[in-house]
Amino acid sequence: MQVREQAPVLSDQQLERNFADIAPPLTPDYALLEATKCLFCHDAPCTIACPTHIDVPAFIKKIATGNLRGSARVILEVNPFGHSCARACPVEVLCEGACVLNARDEQPIKIALLQRHATDYVLAHKVQLFQPGKPTGKKVAIVGAGPAGLSCARDLRRFGHAVTVFEAKPQPGGLNTYGIAEYKLKNDVARAEVQDILDLGVELKTRVTVGRDVAFEKLLADYDAVFVGFGLGHTKSLGIPGEDLPGVMDALTFIERLKTHPYRETKVGRRVIVIGAGNTAIDAVTQAKRLGAEAATIVYRRGEADMSCYHYEYELAKRDGCGFRFHAVPQRIIASGQGGVAGLEIKTSQGGETIACEMVIIAIGQGERAEVAVPRDNPKVFVGGDCANGGAEIVNAAAEGIAAAKQIHEMLSGRKHG
Amino acid sequence: MADLRTDFAGIKSPNPFWLASGPPTNTYGQVAKAFDAGWGGAVWKTIGEPIINVFSRYGSVDLGSTRMMGFNNIELISDRPVADNLKEIAEVKRNYPKHAVIASLMVESKRAAWHEIVKQTQDTGADGIELNFGCPHGMSERGMGSAVGQVPDYTCQIVEWVKEAATIPVIVKLTPNVTDITYIARAAVKGGADALSLINTINSIVGVDLATFEPQPSVGGKSSHGGYCGPAVKPIALHLVSAVAADPKVTIPISGIGGIATWRDAAEFIALGAGSLQVCTAVMHYGFRIVEDLIDGLSNWMDERGHRTLADVRGRALPRVTKWEELDLNYHLLAHIDQDKCIKCELCWTACEDGAHQAIRRLPRDNGGPVVEIIEEACVGCNLCALVCPVQDCITMEQVPNDYPAVTWKEYAAGKGKLAPRSEHFHTATWSKSR
Repeated sequence: MQVREQAPVLSDQQLERNFADIAPPLTPDYALLEATKCLFCHDAPCTIACPTHIDVPAFIKKIATGNLRGSARVILEVNPFGHSCARACPVEVLCEGACVLNARDEQPIKIALLQRHATDYVLAHKVQLFQPGKPTGKKVAIVGAGPAGLSCARDLRRFGHAVTVFEAKPQPGGLNTYGIAEYKLKNDVARAEVQDILDLGVELKTRVTVGRDVAFEKLLADYDAVFVGFGLGHTKSLGIPGEDLPGVMDALTFIERLKTHPYRETKVGRRVIVIGAGNTAIDAVTQAKRLGAEAATIVYRRGEADMSCYHYEYELAKRDGCGFRFHAVPQRIIASGQGGVAGLEIKTSQGGETIACEMVIIAIGQGERAEVAVPRDNPKVFVGGDCANGGAEIVNAAAEGIAAAKQIHEMLSGRKHG
Repeated sequence: MADLRTDFAGIKSPNPFWLASGPPTNTYGQVAKAFDAGWGGAVWKTIGEPIINVFSRYGSVDLGSTRMMGFNNIELISDRPVADNLKEIAEVKRNYPKHAVIASLMVESKRAAWHEIVKQTQDTGADGIELNFGCPHGMSERGMGSAVGQVPDYTCQIVEWVKEAATIPVIVKLTPNVTDITYIARAAVKGGADALSLINTINSIVGVDLATFEPQPSVGGKSSHGGYCGPAVKPIALHLVSAVAADPKVTIPISGIGGIATWRDAAEFIALGAGSLQVCTAVMHYGFRIVEDLIDGLSNWMDERGHRTLADVRGRALPRVTKWEELDLNYHLLAHIDQDKCIKCELCWTACEDGAHQAIRRLPRDNGGPVVEIIEEACVGCNLCALVCPVQDCITMEQVPNDYPAVTWKEYAAGKGKLAPRSEHFHTATWSKSR
């Protein structure tokens, strides 16, 4: 991408520091201390709050007794993406937000870090926790190798069904591979997590776009069931002049570039504006700042209370030194003489204003995928993940993939399971 | 996957985890729920002539913020009619034929009374009988419980009476409130017991309310000594289990009881000779669900260590329990501090300086380097610094090899063997003064 005035590239050490784990792993001492603090609630609010309903007290108790293998099994049994969820889940509004210790005006149990402690153990020791089931002779096609599709694939393999996953991108993992802020989830973990699932005998076909390279009808004809978990489409556009200028890009493209290249190869402008105030906008603005932008500012047409990002994401962006302009409606991206961006014209209650910048990142949400018309009323077709829920968390996608696998299995085996 | 199936004196259960006789095994509903949760067996709350309980019954010793590190009770045996208990035992056994159901019994010390209760119990289809000779409070004042279990002759006599009528295995539950438990164990064996279980609870007062001077648990301002149990008693139980298991005159199986709360505790009891395990306090704290990790943790550990069955583990630590006089005097240790891990709390120095052997030196904090170091010529390898250190693996005890063959006190006292040289500081009164 062409940026008129680039921010100086930071040193490799500085970049490593800026993108280091925002929540580093617990030491064994700390994990034990934290695990011992858990009250082991019955019908635990943390478990209820988790979309995959991980038995949180059970896995924490197992950490306290030194049964890390068993602990990881409890987690991954119901959430094949337990590794990435431990790092990227919005636990403040899920399990940790529900912890009963909050009611005692104490810090909640560090559930995410404990989950990481347990699941890191099986990654580090290459423990194979699950086995494929006895072959049933049934075949299922899965469209999209993200958390929804691969969660579905994992449990279908455990039930013994053959699974082929079609993925448009060169790598599996979906947004885990391409779209989670680098300081939350690193690619080696995302890859290892996916590999664990593929190792159960999942056939993966990458660079295949269903609807273009293979017709959906063909999948329906060749397979006993089809699960669609291909996520959402491109970032929506603003519909204002200047969006096609070099120096303007969408947030997902920006983050994908950062995730798939050495840090120093992702250039940012000296001054960066991010339009939008959802969680992806926060991921974009903080990472632009961490790459070395002098100023990284969110521009949002509504007010602080209307932002769709989580409160702690807002706090994080503020800690990172990002700026916020509320009640500012983008009007036009202004071109510079040299063929780049010179600024963003906004309208406020005070009238018009131009904010100077060299880069504009658009993060106003993704649109639906248009390339395939999914026959959702076909009984052989199941959907889950972002394309079904409109865009949510990894943990929602995993929960929906797991639920779909169970439904598909019930259909294919002709009986209720569990 | 490890095979946890258990055959204890002929009593079979899918795993070695049994509920101990106590409040969790008071009713059909509880025991059925426990079996559904995964428990392998249950020893019914002691049956006898129904008693009347006081209202305040349990007391706790908390360790910092950890609740119920120790626990005691002044509750008596079942307050439900004998017939109701027996009917429910029969019902559990009918609905859970593969689980071990054992009736704990306690009646007055009369031959006819024991014959009668044993026969009635056998009619239920129970897999075994446990004789409660251990309950240390209340019942003992009436000549039952530990009043029997503290006298070898009484123990032997009642076991004989029971065995006259019994057609199913008889387990004798031992009290730890004796000077030497092996005397009682041998008396039970002499009487014909098929197995032993230990330990019952330990005499205790868990605390005193300093505002009112009421001992706990208080019953209208007064209390009575109660039976102590929970994690705090595990080391006592481990010792007594190992003492009985190692006694050549006791050849019958042992069911281990006393503070078992995790699979690690269970594995330790098995390693010291237990053939099955009984749990009560941990269930009273956290519910029947804890059995899931007891089973899962034990199986995972056995798989990782290559132990296929419980027999592969049972008694494995016993040959390593010995008399002090058999320990090697030439096995020398030295504490080692990993300075990279040290967080500079100086707890090791405080403990060693005031509480042990003055073998750690303090260094100035202002130089940025280490603040403590081991004085090797003074260290006696006692472990205290490693025990108080709050960082895992920061202080380790490392063997200092020497060329001297092992020599025990027994040998040395008999004039055999040579002691490897020890630090000159070990026995000097001037060492701490000189510093």
